Amino acid sequence: MIAPDWLREDRLPHIYCTGCGNGSVINCTLAAVEEMGWKRDETAFISGIGCSSRAPGYILTDSLHTTHGRALAFATGVKMARPDFNVVVFTGDGDLAAIGGNHFIHACRRNVDMTVICMNNQIYGMTGGQGSPTTPTGAFSTTTPYGASEPAFDLAELAVAAGANYVARWTSYHVKELTKAITTGMQTPGLAFIEVRTQCPTNFGRHNKLRSIPDMIEYLRGNAMLRVKYDRLVEEGADIPEGTFTIGELVRRRRPAMGVKQ
Amino acid sequence: MQGNAACAEGAIAAGCRFFGGYPITPSTEIAETMARRLPKAGGVFISMEDELASIAAVIGAAWTGTRAMTATSGPGFSLMMENIGYAAMTETPCVIVNIQRGGPSTGQPTRAAQGDMLQCRFGSHGDYSIIALTPNSVQEMFDLTVKAFNLADRFRVPTFLISDETVGHMRERVTIPDSVDIVPPAPLAEGSLPYEAGEDGIPGFAPFGSGRSVHVTGLTHDERGYPDTTDPEAHDRLVRRLVAKVESARHDIADYEVINPDAERVFVTYGPPSRTVAQVMRDHPDESIGHLRFRVVWPFDESALGKFPDAKVFLMPELNMGQMVREVQRHADQPVVPIAKIGGELHTPAELLQALEAHG
Repeated sequence: MIAPDWLREDRLPHIYCTGCGNGSVINCTLAAVEEMGWKRDETAFISGIGCSSRAPGYILTDSLHTTHGRALAFATGVKMARPDFNVVVFTGDGDLAAIGGNHFIHACRRNVDMTVICMNNQIYGMTGGQGSPTTPTGAFSTTTPYGASEPAFDLAELAVAAGANYVARWTSYHVKELTKAITTGMQTPGLAFIEVRTQCPTNFGRHNKLRSIPDMIEYLRGNAMLRVKYDRLVEEGADIPEGTFTIGELVRRRRPAMGVKQ
Repeated sequence: MQGNAACAEGAIAAGCRFFGGYPITPSTEIAETMARRLPKAGGVFISMEDELASIAAVIGAAWTGTRAMTATSGPGFSLMMENIGYAAMTETPCVIVNIQRGGPSTGQPTRAAQGDMLQCRFGSHGDYSIIALTPNSVQEMFDLTVKAFNLADRFRVPTFLISDETVGHMRERVTIPDSVDIVPPAPLAEGSLPYEAGEDGIPGFAPFGSGRSVHVTGLTHDERGYPDTTDPEAHDRLVRRLVAKVESARHDIADYEVINPDAERVFVTYGPPSRTVAQVMRDHPDESIGHLRFRVVWPFDESALGKFPDAKVFLMPELNMGQMVREVQRHADQPVVPIAKIGGELHTPAELLQALEAHG
């Protein structure tokens, strides 16, 4: 078991559905925490509302499960008041990109020293599968019964544009790469944003012919393309299959950051 | 010194070392003063992206054991309501200043009002209780801000300084003491659960970093702090405690001024209308006219009305269409007459005299 000392075993069983990808993301995060050698009483996990945001409730540290969309604003208060803390934020696509969109861009702009992990399952999972700002155009959900008509946000590109010092995107299938990205994010002063495309067979899958867990994971793996390959194909003018999204590191830089441990 | 500046100075004297805010008339001078003063006092000033974020950052800072405050006015106050409920539910000590202006909506940004008296008590969803203080002078902007921090810490509850444009922008002489009494929250006892409270209903506080791994959630939670959202008893036990810890201490928290307790006609005020009443009483010395002025309006201490055993009528000038008058009416056997005024100006002495004559 990864990081047994960091789990609130008395909180089990957890609320996640069978086949949910959030557990993999929590595992990867705790593996990164172990690698960093962080201490429990110097670490705070913070989240908003949604499936992803229940994660801090299973981790044995000080943890703040806040209001919908506001996790980054709460985290800014924690980290600015106590720069010696290690701060990790768990959020989801609805929490971060819809109701919390303004806090997202401003946290990236300020470049507050924290690690933000977005479990992007492209759906509102907790409320039963409504379309979110990252639901792909054409995808079905309970509120897009004829297929989503809106374009989706690219969260990682948004974080790059807004100024985060480290940005990467992986999927819940790529656990080794994801763990390494989270570790790198934790090591980088400033805001590290890691988008994780996460499978949700229960609420995304069932409306999109991906009800089986392996099918849902294969959908993520199959559509994910390394950035270098993607860039090469674009350069060559080759066709890029519909539904492709890039994975890998988007940026690692040293813009001035706030709330950095001295 | 200006009222808003005195509020900021009071906060710094009280040990406030975090301010998260967003500019809004007529409260902005508080943020400006904090921006100038806090970094030199070893604190953090941060201009957040909106009032939702301001109160969120304040609550986050408060959980590190830092005294934290925000200041706003009506429109921003409305935006803060969701996280005020979160602070109440999670028992986060913090101070929220509202320099009231005319509403609803954008209303009268540069004019005084007392239109948020019920919003500060009931504005967030669900049942909870809070503490609210109402200064009527620049000196009280300083003194009651200090007091607000101590009450917030003692009761682990969001505490409001509910002032208004008149007092916020008023300039008066202020005495700033060399030091003020700072009463920190009671620490979480060894062996106690994070949300386990004794008879006073107030759990000990274990801020982040104290090694207690506290889980803080706005969901209904048990004494461990763990979500328990479907058990009716868990919810009943928690929410009744949140309300009772404040309401049962209302006589203790109470702060009011009694003038002419034998009076038959009694003005009941809070905030700047008390200044007009004082003027009337200076101009027309008469022991049959009394004055009850609340410095703490919530929790409402109904026993204050009993300080006027001969009262035949209570007269309530408010800068709204009648808000606190409802609370007084609820508790008084005598008639309670609202003297409502809106538009941004204080009552004139003549208006109050007219009310006195009408009930003479």
